[in-house]
Amino acid sequence: MGADNFLVTGQVVEDVTTKLIQLAVTELPQDTKEALRRAYQQEQDSVGKSQLKTILDNLELAEKTCTPICQDTGFIIYYVKVGSKLEGLDQIEGALRNATIKATKEVPLRPNAVDPFSQSNSGNNTGMHSPYVHWEIVPGNTLEITVLPKGGGSENVSVLEMLNPNQGIAGLKKIVIDTVIKAGAKPCPPTILGIGIGGGADIAVNLAKESLLLPLNQSNPDLKVAKLEKELLEIANQTGIGPMGLGGKTTVLAVKIAYAQRHPASFPVAIIVQCWAARRASAKIYPNGKVEYLSHKVN
Amino acid sequence: MAIYKFITPISEEEIRKLRINDTIYLSGTIVTARDEAHKRALNLHKQGKKLPVNLEGLAIFHSGPLMKKEGDLWHVVAAGPTTSSRMDVFEDQFIKNFKVRIIIGKGGMGKKIVNVMRMHGAVYGAFTGGAAILAAKAIKQVKGVEWLDLGMPEAMWIFEVEDFGPITVAIDTHGNNLFESVQMVAEENKKKIYRKLGI
Repeated sequence: MGADNFLVTGQVVEDVTTKLIQLAVTELPQDTKEALRRAYQQEQDSVGKSQLKTILDNLELAEKTCTPICQDTGFIIYYVKVGSKLEGLDQIEGALRNATIKATKEVPLRPNAVDPFSQSNSGNNTGMHSPYVHWEIVPGNTLEITVLPKGGGSENVSVLEMLNPNQGIAGLKKIVIDTVIKAGAKPCPPTILGIGIGGGADIAVNLAKESLLLPLNQSNPDLKVAKLEKELLEIANQTGIGPMGLGGKTTVLAVKIAYAQRHPASFPVAIIVQCWAARRASAKIYPNGKVEYLSHKVN
Repeated sequence: MAIYKFITPISEEEIRKLRINDTIYLSGTIVTARDEAHKRALNLHKQGKKLPVNLEGLAIFHSGPLMKKEGDLWHVVAAGPTTSSRMDVFEDQFIKNFKVRIIIGKGGMGKKIVNVMRMHGAVYGAFTGGAAILAAKAIKQVKGVEWLDLGMPEAMWIFEVEDFGPITVAIDTHGNNLFESVQMVAEENKKKIYRKLGI
């Protein structure tokens, strides 16, 4: 083991991850809370405004009592950035699984892992490919863990369209508007739209979901993408669907786009819809054992 | 946009007073049922068997609550609504056979249900999706649970509630459907957006 190598221990990963799950399901990241507060101030429809008021009251109460915001505590997905100089990598996946089981019991989480053949619920949020882990190798010697507990109602209105390349970005705009209107109240608006463009079908879907991890107040550094995100947000909010689909101008809080090169014959577009309870939490573990929580303030 | 405070059991006459956009705060008994509980209840009815709870005049809550057992007692951690349209295939029979007066959920229900509600005297109330702690706070007691073999979210939970709400009346007994009105406005807006985008 080299001097700057870092042996990651399963126990540390398990403890930090358990904490991350608890943070994610009980308290929204600051940027999301701010977006919801701003929406409440700007909403003029009386039913829409009352929905946003209920949402804000619920958030405050969940945070104060350290209780899950929504009873659907989601399907547990992890995004892990592993420093190339880390050792003990074989301990991480087991630790993430243990943390899921522990958090299910202690936070608690609703058991949401159902066998598609027997329909039986495992009771602890684990099972075949559950929790699901996305791995990324990055330079350095830190370990960054993000948990994304994704609710079922919003996931059910996800869309993958393999456009004809000549439809291009104009075709994408149409799909976004159609999706928002067709989804209506179902995904618990105001939603966040994660959009993936290009790659193959799987890559577009992956990029769409991953873009939900980005803070809402951080605009895309790629100006052409930032411009499209802004335009899509504006037109989505002209639909009139409103908070909880009961009418109003707040239908979407943010649009996040990620793209890859496309095959000359393909123009894949994926849209993953995230409900207003956009729960995520991240932390970075350093070689000296220091833990930095990236999405939440932790005392 | 009147505000009503109801105590279960609710009479058909009371329910017929409601209009879309009214607000209800509900006290008394509400019973959770999702896909699996609907299926089982209707199967029992078909076999001529009684349900474990008499649902007449009560409210059904489309919710898969998050519950915690301490000792022998269950308590509610979080209990927001789930997407009601999944229950579209069951709810007409459910309302006819069991005479429930309020269906609480999120996202609204289909045309068939609007008709059944008009004919049999029931309303659909929207509870803010995800507002699970506010809902749990209004649940004063877990009176019982049936069919726990279906799993925690799908079981039939019987709750005693006090001022459970705000519930927005979104389908009334007069054939009005708030979600459909919003959807119609959105379809009109879609045409304008298409024009603006040149598509």
